[in-house]
Amino acid sequence: MSAAPPIAVERLVKIYKTVPAVDGISFTLAPGSITGLLGGNGAGKTTTIATIMGLVTPTSGRVTVLGAEMPRQRYRVLHRMNFESPYVEVPMRLTVRQNMTVFGKLYGVEDLRGRIAQLGRDLDLTDLLDRPTGRLSAGQKTRVSLAKALINNPEVLLLDEPTASLDPDTADWVRGHLQRYCRERHATVLLASHNMAEVERLCERVIIMKRGRIEDDDTPAKLLARYGRRTLEEVFLDVARGNGAESEAAQ
Amino acid sequence: MSTRIENVHVFSPRRVGAMMLRYWYLLRSSWPRLLDLVYWPTVQMLTWGFLQYYIATNAGFFARAGGTFIGAVLLWDILFRGQLGFSISFLEEMWSRNIGNLMMSPLRPFELIAALMVMSVVRLSIGAVPVTFLAIAFFGFNLYGLGLALVAFFFNLMLTSWAIGIFVSGLILRNGMGAESFAWSIMFLFMPLTCVYYPVATLPIWLQPVAWMLPPTYVFEGMRALLIQKVFRPDLMLDALGLNVVLFAAGVTAFLLLMQSARRHGSLMQTGE
Repeated sequence: MSAAPPIAVERLVKIYKTVPAVDGISFTLAPGSITGLLGGNGAGKTTTIATIMGLVTPTSGRVTVLGAEMPRQRYRVLHRMNFESPYVEVPMRLTVRQNMTVFGKLYGVEDLRGRIAQLGRDLDLTDLLDRPTGRLSAGQKTRVSLAKALINNPEVLLLDEPTASLDPDTADWVRGHLQRYCRERHATVLLASHNMAEVERLCERVIIMKRGRIEDDDTPAKLLARYGRRTLEEVFLDVARGNGAESEAAQ
Repeated sequence: MSTRIENVHVFSPRRVGAMMLRYWYLLRSSWPRLLDLVYWPTVQMLTWGFLQYYIATNAGFFARAGGTFIGAVLLWDILFRGQLGFSISFLEEMWSRNIGNLMMSPLRPFELIAALMVMSVVRLSIGAVPVTFLAIAFFGFNLYGLGLALVAFFFNLMLTSWAIGIFVSGLILRNGMGAESFAWSIMFLFMPLTCVYYPVATLPIWLQPVAWMLPPTYVFEGMRALLIQKVFRPDLMLDALGLNVVLFAAGVTAFLLLMQSARRHGSLMQTGE
């Protein structure tokens, strides 16, 4: 087992042409933790996650996942991580089982049939396994994407809006599943979401980004206390509108 | 408990097989895709075949040059369909917004390229083999009658089509779907220069060196030498092979550089227009 932190970001800078998308951020995630990455549009969340995944080369700074520098050493660890994002889809013409088979083979999953059957049970997909993915409802597709993200039992899981387009009941069920998965596998999760209730429920730590920088970074409880707010949504609005913790505390 | 096979090999045939399986599932699921593979090569072959048949009954030279048009059409289709088969399989990933999943998976660029190469042969076989039998039935032209020469022609044309397909895929990866039109049109730039239907000597003298820089030119000249003069020219095939090795290496290098550039510019996250 690697002693290196699951994810370590050190002074990460990413500039597209002349526009800084990420401006010198640093953070380290503890093994087995679920961390929320919050921020408005253009805050730099997607670029940060893409850099951690190795899809973007940093302008400067360093990102390591399970001790491997991204993207240079990504092939050392890509089979130990996975992701889910609404901006990426699994092929729609393939059945759920075919998609799981292809990704399972790409990730080198042993006993693939067993793993697919297990994911079918865990994510309530058993009856859908032989249906084309494109014919499923939005919520069912999200569960398929989640199944793809869990196919290799990842130690590091990056999730971008994992419950978008799910009805409240299914979203709650997915959150419960993610919590169980992390607890049982001791997996580390970085979760980008605009659903503050979801972040409050799932995350033991919240990183709030604005204009490419980290504006705040703490547990949900401490953030609420520092800003004098009752919900993370209110904290998020304070940060987005420039009402800092100091001014809130003074009020 | 481990459910993973150790997965850090530099080149994994299993991952190549996974990608081939993905494209095979896709082909199997869609009859229009299968029909499209056969439709255009058939139309091309019939059009040029009937034209040759008409000319041959009215001109002595063409009567002697039996099958050069049909042969050229079939070999051109190997070149064109080979590249298209490669590029379309790649485009399927862009159309289905799956490229991010692949780039984030342990699949390596060389494995993706290998899978696309194999699939281009599979797609070509589905499309071209029935057409070659139609050529026998309609015009009595037996492409397989070229014997071992056909193997040399095929191998050289496929190498060229892969090199171009790899380069175009890199362009699309870097520039998004705005570069898709290259996948459909780039090979037509080769059509006049590689002298598919006429000898190199037909070109203006200043353009002939350009034609000789392109590997398919040697194949089409070789085909005419075989069909008209009944001579197989191994020298032409070796020249084509040498140029193809250079072209293939250039295509792979360009793909890797374009992929690096895509990572720098964040294009792998934005695979739309």
